[in-house]
Amino acid sequence: MDHAATTRRQLLGALGCSAAAFPLMTRITLASAPWDARLVVIVLRGAMDGLDVLRPVGDPGFAALRPDPGGTATPLDGRFALHDGLSPLLPLWQAGELAFAHAVSTPYRDGRSHFDGQDILEAGGSAAPGDGGLRDGWLNRLLQATPGAEAETGFAIGRENLRILTGAAPVANWSPQTRLALGESAEQLLALAYRSDPLFHDAAAEAVALARSVAPGGGGGSPDRALAEFAAARLRGDTRIASFSLSGWDTHSHQARRMPGLLARLADTILTLRDGLGPVWGRTAVLAMTEFGRTARLNGSGGTDHGTGGALLLAGGAVRGGRVHADWPGLEEADLYDRRDLRPTRDLRAYAGWAMAGLFGLDTGLVQRAVFPGLELGADPGVVL
Amino acid sequence: MDGSQIAQIRFGHGFGPGRPALTAAAMLAALGRPDRAARRHPVAPYAETAALRAELQAANAALREGQAGAEARRDAANAALVAAGRAGLRAVLARVLDTDAPLRERLVWFWADHFTVAAAGPTGRAAVPAFVDEAIRPHVTGRFADMLRAVIRHPVMLVYLDQHLSYGPGSAAAARGGRGLNENLARELLELHTLGVGGGYAQADVRAAAELLTGLMIDRDRAFVFRPAAAEPGAETVLGRRYGGDGPARIEDIDAFLGDLAAHPATARHLARKLAVHFVADDPPAALVEDLAAVYAAQGGDLMAVTGALVTHPLALAPTLAKVKPPLEFVASALVAGGVTAAEVAALEPGEVRRLLDVPLTHMGQPFQRPRGPDGWPEAPGDWITPQGLAARIGWATALAGRLVDRLGDPRGFLDAMLPGLAGPDLRFAVGAAETRREAVALVLASAEFNRR
Repeated sequence: MDHAATTRRQLLGALGCSAAAFPLMTRITLASAPWDARLVVIVLRGAMDGLDVLRPVGDPGFAALRPDPGGTATPLDGRFALHDGLSPLLPLWQAGELAFAHAVSTPYRDGRSHFDGQDILEAGGSAAPGDGGLRDGWLNRLLQATPGAEAETGFAIGRENLRILTGAAPVANWSPQTRLALGESAEQLLALAYRSDPLFHDAAAEAVALARSVAPGGGGGSPDRALAEFAAARLRGDTRIASFSLSGWDTHSHQARRMPGLLARLADTILTLRDGLGPVWGRTAVLAMTEFGRTARLNGSGGTDHGTGGALLLAGGAVRGGRVHADWPGLEEADLYDRRDLRPTRDLRAYAGWAMAGLFGLDTGLVQRAVFPGLELGADPGVVL
Repeated sequence: MDGSQIAQIRFGHGFGPGRPALTAAAMLAALGRPDRAARRHPVAPYAETAALRAELQAANAALREGQAGAEARRDAANAALVAAGRAGLRAVLARVLDTDAPLRERLVWFWADHFTVAAAGPTGRAAVPAFVDEAIRPHVTGRFADMLRAVIRHPVMLVYLDQHLSYGPGSAAAARGGRGLNENLARELLELHTLGVGGGYAQADVRAAAELLTGLMIDRDRAFVFRPAAAEPGAETVLGRRYGGDGPARIEDIDAFLGDLAAHPATARHLARKLAVHFVADDPPAALVEDLAAVYAAQGGDLMAVTGALVTHPLALAPTLAKVKPPLEFVASALVAGGVTAAEVAALEPGEVRRLLDVPLTHMGQPFQRPRGPDGWPEAPGDWITPQGLAARIGWATALAGRLVDRLGDPRGFLDAMLPGLAGPDLRFAVGAAETRREAVALVLASAEFNRR
């Protein structure tokens, strides 16, 4: 290995060396954040059945469509009852920290493809990226429009590459299970080897910085809980916007059997965030959204197929809770979209837009111009305090 | 570097010590020889995994009844399923290390991803490798229509997309109550498997296709069965064509529909583009896609002809490494480069498969045969080379380098042999400057050049 030692000395000498000869320069920095409020967006992949989760029991059409919806539900107001899978969240409802919007959707219509639907949900536009739609994510565009946003202001959590935070603004990406232990020399050499490939260089730089700054988390609990614990830990620090996804909502069959487990995961995730955020919970809004709703009727297998209108969940100390926002379309055959799906009466981006405007003090013009281009925000539903 | 070296990386598993470098023509010729790799490294057939599942259920029932020894029986059944699942990953990699036709393995992976089924639980993990071997593998050099028909009647696909629960609303079975249509498979068949999302179908076509597909069921042993009593009576019109008639429902009508879907120009374009995106670039040259679609159409969906057109196309052999190897390809190519033998992989115990391969693949973002949805794995390099995904690659490469360093000789020679003409000056310098041979080998395997193709 003499030759290697020699070349290494030559390399380090030529660079007037120190540990910083080839620093992995990362865009991750610890800096003051532009706001104090926190926003968490949970993407529910697979299309959550809003009609099952938040049941319009006060509409006589519901019993006609779903004579045997399975399980039990707790009345929230004169019209809606909450699936008991979410009953761990009832104390939040009573404390005014939980709200819903019903009969909402993205602008996506008719294709009923999960994948286009999720792309549109995360891009925040009106067409799939492959059909000339926006390519970056709406949370990233929010950061692009925010002076003073640093890389850790926005944090995408989990093993996937989250479209909703992808774009020109630097954001952090990490998974609570990831470990990376590199010696100083290996780190420098990797930095050199990756120097001319920005994709690899930037990812490695961020990995090294995060592996150093982030305490290993998620010990022992479920992977979902690890995500929420990790998110809470970052949000207690410099992170202001965090996003991750929970999948498994594509209940084409045996929905009554599957929904309780799915909702228990969602409830546990939200309560883990609350517990982990501590005092910061009071300044936090959590939005759980899905690509579209499901068919108003059960299908032939005790499940539901891909639909249109669905429900949005909002939780957090910054949320004006204890209410269900809905311009209710009704459930008669003629009320249904395509005679099969809950008809969406409001764009879910309007709720997200107003939530951001309220949380971060954003000008609504900026939301309509930069974050959700082309969206008419409409009247303020008053979703945050 | 010339076209044959690119082909070795783009359409195979890259270079390995003592392995001949294959030209595109040699890779194609190898596809004509018998599929010895699959025979040497078999996976449990579907029927066997279904029997293991039945045994697990019986053991669970015995446990509920408090029968003596039921717990041991349950544990044994569970262990057998888990072992069958781990054997799937072991076989997939052993075949790579053993084969003289690397392109076949890559095609199997591509088409298995096209017809994604995601494994759920130990039962699913045992059954998915069987699905791939039975419905995909025999057809990768045959006709797409035959693969489609095999897929659409395989129990693993029927269960994954709920087709086994779908009854014609007017069928005899639905008349007994509580059962009806499920459109999951019908939609993905049109959107993902054939026409593509822009392929010109409407909701009414999805509904009619769902009614046409009724009758595709599984029996008590979870084997495929066509049950006319579950099928929607009468004809269905999909995309303007009428299938079936007044007599009893026949699977021949479904097969005719699948044949028409396979022959549809939208399917040709969808498959051509998907092949080009997977093997060449996320934004592939339009001429390449058009040429592949034209061959598909002219040759009646003959996948051998389409594959031949792809791997010999000048636009597919461009030197730019525009794609990143997904984690399974990265792991496979690193084992090839490291000179790991099929026998070594085949000898791994289930626990070792989990620790050395399965868990690392999960951390790299590709849990084996468990994609998030029926659209399969992502293609964009940025979806794989995330901080967390790259950290997992670096960690695994470092661990593998530690195990292999003694057999690989001088790391600079290793670099030249594994990345001929591809290593940039920075990587070359870094490998030469590494403190240890192990660090140098890890650098080669973790490099952008090695992870791209």
